[in-house]
Amino acid sequence: MTSLVEVTNMYFHYPRARIIAGEAAWTLEDISLSIQPKSTVGIVGESGSGKSTLVRVMCGLLRHQQGNVKFNGKDLSEFEGDGANDLRRENQIVFQNPRRSLDPRMTIRRSLSEPIRALHNRQPGDDEIIATIERVGLGREVLSRFPHQLSGGQLQRVGIARSLSVQPTILYADEPVSALDVSVQAQVLNLLMDLRDQLGLTLVMVSHDLGVVSRMCEEIVVMRHGRIAEAGRTDSVLARPDSNYTASLLKAARAASLERA
Amino acid sequence: MSDTSTITAHTPEDVSVSRLRKRLRALPITLYLGGTLISLFVFVVLVSFIWTPYPANKLNLANRMAPPGTPGFLLGTDRAGRDVITELMLGARNSLYVSVVSTVVAMFVGTLIGLSIAGSNKMLQRPLTRLVDTGLALPGILTAMVIAAKLGAGNTTATIAIIAWQIPVAARVTIGPARQILALDYVEAAYSYGRKKPYVIRHHVLPNISPLLIVLGSVMFAAAILIEAALAFLGVGVQPPTSSWGRFLNETQSLLEAAPYLMFFPGIAIVLTTLGFNLLGDGLRTALDPQQSRSGLA
Repeated sequence: MTSLVEVTNMYFHYPRARIIAGEAAWTLEDISLSIQPKSTVGIVGESGSGKSTLVRVMCGLLRHQQGNVKFNGKDLSEFEGDGANDLRRENQIVFQNPRRSLDPRMTIRRSLSEPIRALHNRQPGDDEIIATIERVGLGREVLSRFPHQLSGGQLQRVGIARSLSVQPTILYADEPVSALDVSVQAQVLNLLMDLRDQLGLTLVMVSHDLGVVSRMCEEIVVMRHGRIAEAGRTDSVLARPDSNYTASLLKAARAASLERA
Repeated sequence: MSDTSTITAHTPEDVSVSRLRKRLRALPITLYLGGTLISLFVFVVLVSFIWTPYPANKLNLANRMAPPGTPGFLLGTDRAGRDVITELMLGARNSLYVSVVSTVVAMFVGTLIGLSIAGSNKMLQRPLTRLVDTGLALPGILTAMVIAAKLGAGNTTATIAIIAWQIPVAARVTIGPARQILALDYVEAAYSYGRKKPYVIRHHVLPNISPLLIVLGSVMFAAAILIEAALAFLGVGVQPPTSSWGRFLNETQSLLEAAPYLMFFPGIAIVLTTLGFNLLGDGLRTALDPQQSRSGLA
């Protein structure tokens, strides 16, 4: 089966990263992974481990310096220029902080229509916008509102609706619930699962919560210091971790859940 | 006891009128105060084109330095016997002309430079920002003197000097907030659905820094009036016989002991106009910000 995303020996550093001893200080080092169509992959790791950067490289928002990143068998460099919009249509991202990911001066209607206007060069009709917002469990009355008039959970639903408005193949969710109240986290995660099943999406979840990833994802990638510490099927990695780092993450997660209990 | 209730039918016109009233009530008081002062200022300027109590520079040698309340001269006359009200009306015209032209040009060019620097390559940003800082460090009055030495004193010199003075201010104030907005997630979201930087700057950055630009514009407008008055006071700005509040102030300084009230009139005109622009800017910023406004105007 052909991989949807194939990353091989990929290296990335930010443009202004310090050069240490003549070599670039890589943010991501020697990353190799593949994502199968319609699978759900979780990327976990501590803050600063490179999870969000990896997602941005895979969806083409950041350009890697070494190695290969392929989408649907085509190298990302082949999508530059006129093909860039094809890559954008297929790859969409849901951001961590819904309040920062929606323009405060645009109504929800305008925010939802922007991707369609940009990627399909047309103004979406009312029916299309209403269907998009209703798909994420919100009513049409929110369309005329501004972001500050909605709750965090509602805003994240709008963020998900905006990403889905161009019917992507793969949805990257970059810690989609970490900025939300505990009471709405489960609702948003369930929504993502339902949408994945309904639309046949490939879902890549970035999270530092092992519990969320173990419940939602078939595959897991554990990252540390910009490298992949361990990757594989979620159940086997979590049951018998090869890496000490994964084991320590599991231990910390168990301790945290015991404290909560 | 029977409970009777009255049901009143509201027509769509009633609803829209009450909604309009509610919106007007929610507008900030500073908008009304500033708007009133500036409307008065503009009204005086417009009236001065069709009517003034006396013709421009009409000398009444018999009534030189008449005190306020003299019949026919409500605010008195100056050393040459010119009516103070007429001088103030004609001076307002000059102040408005210079401040409008200089503020509009400086805001447009300065904002364009600021946005271009904020959106430029990160390697270029620092030297370009330092270049703007250098422009900010140049003393404005001295620049005006140099320009006057080259072009000769006059309104054009004053306007060019104010523009040269204010462009770096507008650019510097724009760079920081524009860079902050360019780092936000909704800008990254826009890139993720294929928007390019010029579109992002025009449709995301510019609207989001517009409250700041409105305040900046009003402050620059007020500053332009002050600078024009200062330049006229120093003899670099508008030249006789054209009236100006600054030149009027200059002429009254030698009469500080004989007629101190003369200095009060152009001074109060400058203060009220400056205050009006500042209040208007503050009120507009609040009214146009969807997060602050309860009026729903935005």
